[in-house]
Amino acid sequence: MSASAKNLIEIESVVVRFAGDSGDGMQIVGEQFTDSSAFAGNDLATLPDFPAEIRAPAGTLPGVSGFQIQFGSRRVHTPGDCPDALVAMNPAALKVNLPELADGGLLVVNTEAFKTANLAKAGYLENPLDDPALAEKYTLVKINITDLTKEALADSPLKPTEKTRCKNFLALGFTYWVYDRPLEPTINFLETKWGKRLPEVAQANIKALRAGYYLGETTELAQNRYQIARAGTRPGTYRKINGNDALVYGLVSGAQSAGKELLFSGYPITPASSILEGLAALKHFGIKTVQAEDEIAAIGVALGASFAGSIGVTATSGPGMCLKAEFIGLTAMTELPMIIVDVQRGGPSTGLPTKTEQGDLLLSYFGKHGELPCPIVASTSPSDCFFAAREAMRIALEYNCPVILLSELYLAIGSEPWRIPNIASLPAIQPNIIEQGDEYVPYKRDPKTLARKLAYPGMPGYEHRIGGLEKDETGGVSYDPLNHEKMTRLRIEKVQAIANSLPPTYINGDKSGKLLVLGWGGTEGAITSAVNRTRDEGFAVSSVVLRHLNPLPNDLKGILDGFDKILIPELNHGQLRFLIQSKYLRETIPYNKIQGRPFTVNELLQAIQDNI
Amino acid sequence: MSQEPAVASAPLTKKDFVTQNDVRWCPGCGDYAILNSIQKTFPELGVPKENFVVISGIGCSSRFPYYMETFGFHTIHGRAPTVATGVKVANPNLSVWMVTGDGDALSIGGNHLLHILRRNLDINILLFNNRVYGLTKGQYSPTSSVGMKTKTTPMGSFDHPVNPIQFALGAEATFVARTVDTDPKHMVETFQAAHAHKGTSFVEIFQNCVIFNKDVWEDIYGRGVKDDQILYLEEGKPLLFGKEKNRGIRLNGLDPEVVTIGENGITENDILVHNPSSLNPLQAALLSQLLHPEFPTPLGVLKSIQRDVYEDCMDGQVKAAKDAKGQGDLQATLAGAGSWVVE
Repeated sequence: MSASAKNLIEIESVVVRFAGDSGDGMQIVGEQFTDSSAFAGNDLATLPDFPAEIRAPAGTLPGVSGFQIQFGSRRVHTPGDCPDALVAMNPAALKVNLPELADGGLLVVNTEAFKTANLAKAGYLENPLDDPALAEKYTLVKINITDLTKEALADSPLKPTEKTRCKNFLALGFTYWVYDRPLEPTINFLETKWGKRLPEVAQANIKALRAGYYLGETTELAQNRYQIARAGTRPGTYRKINGNDALVYGLVSGAQSAGKELLFSGYPITPASSILEGLAALKHFGIKTVQAEDEIAAIGVALGASFAGSIGVTATSGPGMCLKAEFIGLTAMTELPMIIVDVQRGGPSTGLPTKTEQGDLLLSYFGKHGELPCPIVASTSPSDCFFAAREAMRIALEYNCPVILLSELYLAIGSEPWRIPNIASLPAIQPNIIEQGDEYVPYKRDPKTLARKLAYPGMPGYEHRIGGLEKDETGGVSYDPLNHEKMTRLRIEKVQAIANSLPPTYINGDKSGKLLVLGWGGTEGAITSAVNRTRDEGFAVSSVVLRHLNPLPNDLKGILDGFDKILIPELNHGQLRFLIQSKYLRETIPYNKIQGRPFTVNELLQAIQDNI
Repeated sequence: MSQEPAVASAPLTKKDFVTQNDVRWCPGCGDYAILNSIQKTFPELGVPKENFVVISGIGCSSRFPYYMETFGFHTIHGRAPTVATGVKVANPNLSVWMVTGDGDALSIGGNHLLHILRRNLDINILLFNNRVYGLTKGQYSPTSSVGMKTKTTPMGSFDHPVNPIQFALGAEATFVARTVDTDPKHMVETFQAAHAHKGTSFVEIFQNCVIFNKDVWEDIYGRGVKDDQILYLEEGKPLLFGKEKNRGIRLNGLDPEVVTIGENGITENDILVHNPSSLNPLQAALLSQLLHPEFPTPLGVLKSIQRDVYEDCMDGQVKAAKDAKGQGDLQATLAGAGSWVVE
């Protein structure tokens, strides 16, 4: 077999992980690999994984930054379990990531980084590359990425340290060759990003990228090359999207469908900040954004905007939710529309700010004083954040109440291809406002939905006062004991009534069987993959992933009744299980992971196997 | 509703701003006089009634919106500036009035007060200062004097109090004024000036709590002492006070001092002239340091300067973005760079 006729292997899907120091540019090459794969027509899902520190000490284990992508010619639901290929830019990256690399997997290492000092920082007593077992267990490809980059850029006017910095693109180029990825999207990206301002930087990175690609072509470093056919996707216009971007566009779209001005007010917090950043860049859509002085102010500004006739939206993560609790209560008490986005991260307290978790469900359910539920909507995939935001907008404006939209860090920064919907054909949202001329009783309710109507400042003849004190139907303050009980019950019933507006719950699989896997939010991909595989083996397993956590769908009880056992996997200690068991008095089986990382499909396969 | 034009053409009167709700402040509370003065001020401002919004936090003073026949929002403790900001940003045409107290604004809400003042939204803030927590029944407040004995300070407070005027000046408020609940005429004039100012107008109102801090301001505005204890500020006029208007404030180096015209060769030319529109922050800072009992207490507008207004800047950026990029088109944005078509 000649060097040029290496094995070209057709595969359905593959998982690649890039790992290096947090200053090595792993996130950018991961994003580029993603764009290139999307361009190649593959379905995909990504998982960026980086430390909370912007630059942890170089070369150390806590400083390792990683980016994993699964791409394939079939539907890809998750970023994948174990990587089939690992690019490790230094010993620390190898140490952190090697345990997860699949046996026989492709292991690309930058030999230049495996020097005594770096080995010591990673806790290696000896150079692991010298261990013959490594090459036996994995397809080891040793490349002096740093020196090759310098050589490739010998003619570049950049300083030596700047040349070295291009090594991530050389590594990327090599993986492009291995996986037959197109170079054009990355070259276009570099030219757009640096071409005008720093053309020599753009050219150096492009050169490094090409050098990496040719390295694969002209050497025998890697024996196998892989082809992944285009995914058989529906015709349409596609783009790559991450959860927070999709959420931004969903908010814009929802406000447009409702004919409302959108005012977004936030305070920077990981991983929600990019929602504020994204909307701030859309001022030409008429969107107003306020960077408030703190989390409390952020929701207060949003509430003021809703009171004045806009739709106020705020976004945060767990610590911010705690601070917003009193205002969520006032919004619910005054029955004004608002969306509170909680992009969940590992808690409690500061917790794991850059890792994912589903820890805020019960906080969203109960995190206010008094008895006053809030509708809760959860997004299930990065692109689904668009539709979840629209659904939150619908409930907030049609029922006049605050809606908590639960997203997750895993969705917020994870990407997938998205078939762009026809915006004009999305359903209208009908804000519940008094018709000018109609008699106004501020807390008079629609007999069916129990929603009240709003009148805004500036509407002549509709002057009225609202506030946090208990009130009667007229909005007047009332300390009458029976009125308080009546109003409390009405506010609870109103949220419950939202269930009447929900579509039938989607069941993946049969309506009845041995086991129902019941989840919510961002675990949808892993649950669907695991359940589908188990079904392919002939087992009577189905899954439901809830979009609405409050109110729960009216048909959920009937669905639960159709199964012998219910397994509830969650990235927390059992919060949905707590709600399901208390509401339906039904014993369920927990499966919990609290590691700051999403479920792997294998973990769920095992959990399902253990229960059928 | 069909007679809208007729309604609009009828001039507003005080009665239009009185609600049917029973006012539930304690008999003799200074809040009644303030409410009365606001209800007298509003009809004269030329603002359509439906454009007034009164927003409050929590406390005795924060019950205010319930007694005003306007749009009103009684929010939560300390956070009224945030809600007021949202209202004004969402609809800059509204005339937004925020009512707060010393605890609401300067203790639990201190952070928000700082930020609303520096942002300079066109909002009027009325801070009722009675130097005590009234609604929670008499604990000391952030403006209470050192030594004040309350249920939470049985041996006397040792908290150094906040000076509301200095706080506002420190936050670079563009309009800072002070008035008193015993002088309706002065209140109305001050509220009118606050309304006329484009930007955040901060008005401290000395207010008497008859139950928990009775006569707290009596040494300043009491019948027998006020001529000697109050310095009425008028733009372009010398800082003179006293029954005979013969005492004044002179600058000795950087220190103010009280002098008497005609004594030791002092003439009116020696007296500092009030210049609230000075861009030199020392002017207003100097007035804020005229503290009882060494000095008369200044009433009126201490500072009034122009600076960009937050909501106008925001609208300006929205317009500039539309001018530069055209009205946003979501479909086109989503299908922009990086998208691909599957046939």
